Amino acid sequence: MSRAKDTLLSGLVLVVGRGRRRHSSRSDATRVVPDYDTNPGAETAAILLLLLSALCCAGFLVVYGVESIPHKTQYLGLALGLALVSIAASLTIVAKKLIVNEELVEEYPPQEHVGEVDLIAQVAEESGSRFTRRRLFKLSLLAAGGGLATAALAPALSFGPLLRVKYYFGTPWTRGRRLVDEDGKPYKASDIEEKNFYTAFAENANKEELGASLVLVRLPKSTLDLPTELQGYDADGIVAYSKICTHAGCAIAMYRVPTFTPTEPRPALICPCHYSTFDPAAGGTVTFGPAGRPLPMLPLEIDGRGFLRAQGNFNEAVGPSWWGVRNRKPSP
Amino acid sequence: MRAAGVVFLAALLLALPAAGANVQNGKRLFGRYCVSCHGPNGEGATDQKTGGSAGRNQTVFKGAGPSLKGVGALSADFYLTTGYMPLKRTGIQPRRGRLLLGPEQIADLTAYVASLGRGPAIPHPHPERGNLSEGMHLFTEHCAGCHQVVARGGYVTHALPPGLGEATPTQIAEAVRIGPYVMPAFSEKAISNRELDSIVKYVLYAKHPDDQGGWSLGDIGPIPEGLVTWFIAAAVLIAVCMVLGKRLRA
Repeated sequence: MSRAKDTLLSGLVLVVGRGRRRHSSRSDATRVVPDYDTNPGAETAAILLLLLSALCCAGFLVVYGVESIPHKTQYLGLALGLALVSIAASLTIVAKKLIVNEELVEEYPPQEHVGEVDLIAQVAEESGSRFTRRRLFKLSLLAAGGGLATAALAPALSFGPLLRVKYYFGTPWTRGRRLVDEDGKPYKASDIEEKNFYTAFAENANKEELGASLVLVRLPKSTLDLPTELQGYDADGIVAYSKICTHAGCAIAMYRVPTFTPTEPRPALICPCHYSTFDPAAGGTVTFGPAGRPLPMLPLEIDGRGFLRAQGNFNEAVGPSWWGVRNRKPSP
Repeated sequence: MRAAGVVFLAALLLALPAAGANVQNGKRLFGRYCVSCHGPNGEGATDQKTGGSAGRNQTVFKGAGPSLKGVGALSADFYLTTGYMPLKRTGIQPRRGRLLLGPEQIADLTAYVASLGRGPAIPHPHPERGNLSEGMHLFTEHCAGCHQVVARGGYVTHALPPGLGEATPTQIAEAVRIGPYVMPAFSEKAISNRELDSIVKYVLYAKHPDDQGGWSLGDIGPIPEGLVTWFIAAAVLIAVCMVLGKRLRA
């Protein structure tokens, strides 16, 4: 212990002594940098701030080590933050008050080689004398440059499918495919209750696929008001829609369903991203929000053992909309 | 056989939670506060149409309420202990508010509503048996879409899912089963009682979440966080730059 103390003390004396000696030896030599007055106040402040930073670091270690301190994260952050702020403040004082600095302004030199500029222009002009079909050459250059730019911009087509749209129309849903829950257990029609809200997937399909996921709700049959082309898409009041919003492709995560129909809002499937609201009783038509087309509906049927199966593919393309999404229907 | 008898007795006891409650007094209270909308003997009223549209493609009704036959003690207890009922006027979303009735009166009224028809009894969740991590997973899956992940409430078109800061364990369990107002209902097939215990445990935890990071900013997500970044942190940084820097003389 005492040995460590001795080492520390002698080290301190050495550092302080060395500083003094250097100061005295250089004082009479001619200076390069202008001599300013010392600023003991600023020097003290800078040193105190550095010591404060060291203290904060010690505090950090204490907070880290002592188990019983409450709100540890906050105190750790405070200690480390104060330490960094003190170092920054100290360095700022050093830069602004202690380091000697001066401002120098240098003018641009006068222009040299005035005659040679014209000479270079002449050289450039005469170097092109071997071109006889200048216009054709310029056109060829334009064609090459334009071609390169077009090729570079072509991948922007991927923002909206124009050529390869098959992926967006193809879904795992084919006639007879069963509906399963998140764990792969097939849904029976009797599992689906009114006022409840289910997520379903295509059996044995990749759940990540755009068209694989569904929202599944049961509505009282008397309230169903499906458009003529969607008649028969429901199975005993159970309706299934793509879970992917037709606006920006978020998952439809909210279901609004009234307890008492006469005075409360109608049932609605709602996307939490931009509040596109779809009417499940009317074939997924948009009743509010930025979505531009109805939710794609999946035709359902109930097999002999009570399992829910798809009758075929969706009536519309699943996923967010793009130019020309209405031009083609998914293959049944 | 004997076990079945015990189970039956237990079920009977659970179905009559307010055995000491005064059904007659409940009926009197019903006549005073509820009958104008829910009709005599809780039969409900839907035909008092006054016409017009309330902006949501809905006919306006005056004094219309659903039938209470078969809703059971569960529903009555939920709507009365939260102050959702009596409603100020029909057609508005019920909100948590001042309780009109005292606890004994609520017990009496609940017993009366339960006597109108066979219905579910008041549930008794056991959050201490739940698993907080599973509760968070289930809450995120089934509830957070509307109620927000730390249960601070949110928005749905035409309705405001409430924050759950004041919900009691029993009320949480009741709301999950009946789905008040436009909330979906979750049966025991969808969320088992064991899972419900976990959800209740998570909702109770979310009232005072462990803010390891420090300032929670009300737990309402990225908007206040962004405001802090832009209007506090950025302002401080610019101020520091202005103090440190030196303006060039023109």
